[in-house]
Amino acid sequence: MKRHLLSAADLSHSDALLVLDTAAQLARVADRPVKKLPTLRGRTVVNLFFEDSTRTRISFEAAAKRLSADVINFSAKGSSVSKGESLKDTALTLEAMGADAVVVRHGSSGAPHRLASSGWIGGSVVNAGDGTHEHPTQALLDAFTLRENLVGGEGDLTGKKVTIVGDVLHSRVARSNVLLLSTLGADVTLVAPPTLLPIGVETWPCKVSYDLDPVIPESDAVMMLRVQLERMTDSYFPTAREYSRRYGLDNHRMSLLSERSIVMHPGPMNRGMEITADVADSKRSVIVEQVANGVSVRMAVLYLLLGGNAPAATPINEPSEGI
Amino acid sequence: MNSPRVRTVFEAADIDRVLTRISHEIIEGAKGAQDLVLLGIQSRGVPLADRIGRRISEFEKVDVPVGALDITMYRDDLRLRPARALETTALPDVGVDGRIVVLVDDVLFSGRTVRAALDALNELGRPRVVRLAVLIDRGHRELPIRADYVGKNLPTSLQESVRVRLAELDGEDAVTLSSGGQSPRGGPNPGGEVA
Repeated sequence: MKRHLLSAADLSHSDALLVLDTAAQLARVADRPVKKLPTLRGRTVVNLFFEDSTRTRISFEAAAKRLSADVINFSAKGSSVSKGESLKDTALTLEAMGADAVVVRHGSSGAPHRLASSGWIGGSVVNAGDGTHEHPTQALLDAFTLRENLVGGEGDLTGKKVTIVGDVLHSRVARSNVLLLSTLGADVTLVAPPTLLPIGVETWPCKVSYDLDPVIPESDAVMMLRVQLERMTDSYFPTAREYSRRYGLDNHRMSLLSERSIVMHPGPMNRGMEITADVADSKRSVIVEQVANGVSVRMAVLYLLLGGNAPAATPINEPSEGI
Repeated sequence: MNSPRVRTVFEAADIDRVLTRISHEIIEGAKGAQDLVLLGIQSRGVPLADRIGRRISEFEKVDVPVGALDITMYRDDLRLRPARALETTALPDVGVDGRIVVLVDDVLFSGRTVRAALDALNELGRPRVVRLAVLIDRGHRELPIRADYVGKNLPTSLQESVRVRLAELDGEDAVTLSSGGQSPRGGPNPGGEVA
């Protein structure tokens, strides 16, 4: 594995499988009376959040704490950033505090890359969402959830059909998922109105459709993206009602899904917009499972990056090594 | 550097006999098979625990719960090498609380694996008693740890390496001793050598 996790494209096929396999083992820690491992004792993980987030920050915090790392939470609100401190000065401060890993969320695409390549900090940088660019750990937890539900929790996702629906233009989740899921062998189809697809989407390793209904029956999983109203600086569709009529997932569309297909959503949901409450709370919905898997996958990422004197090498071929 | 000489010190039939003896000793020590839980330390302790469990179940006509313990996260040398892949920890449904837990491993060497296993066990519950069974004790302890049940004491030098091969993982049962050519502990050990 590379030292930083900035993009889902940083993960090779064997890297991705290593993260998922490690996450599967770490998921069991949640069932134990002592939900803690001593592995990262003495390591410091900084959550550097320039943008609001509930589940991602809490998820990273829980993951780091279950591995016994020290966690420092930094949010831009109420910090010197609101007094105009630059990314560089913030980074130098963190470096002086001895951060072994910096988990960064930033409103600008490329901020984690800048942090990782600038030489300002010596630790690993983990991208927790940058602008409309990438969110690799979300893609990993989605891949983990897909693997658990569709192929019995082992191997990759070869031949599984995953449909990602909605606001692809503003979605870092969609981009990371397309990259990671195609690495793992899944067939990904993006469904969105033409106005909500980014320029250059034809070069992505996936299919694109403007129409949801023909894609639904052959999907093994449907991932609904949040309509990111806070990023909507223009009018991308006539009315919310028209959007949910054409691209929303309701009971009727869900009934067209094959029997074993699942419904996913990265959260937070706009109930009634891209997904109806009935669907979100139905048996097919694995949305709560996605959140739980997020902690396991982030534990795996932190462990593989920080658990040794170097990030894990792949493929690991010395399983029976003794101390 | 001389090339490594490999010598078989234990064959399939020897391993069989020794496991049968250890099974009897465990029953004797526990005064029956009630409350027993066997935990194999990954990776070669796991098939050994299975085999001992099967024997005890046969001798005592009760099902002995058998599980697997991965100690990777508790190792004391994690920071000396790149992060490693994890293996499965699977506890039997009965858990370990109040039980007589027998840890099973292939080779006892420095004792650090067992120390890590005791730490791991501590977070999984509170056994009444913990015992240790190993197929080979090769000496050179670095911690005050000893085995309760030993298949064979094998005097070795630090330059030698002991390798246990088991049918479940390696296709055949054998214990081999190779001298020279291998770096001693701290260096990259060959598969199968456990401290």
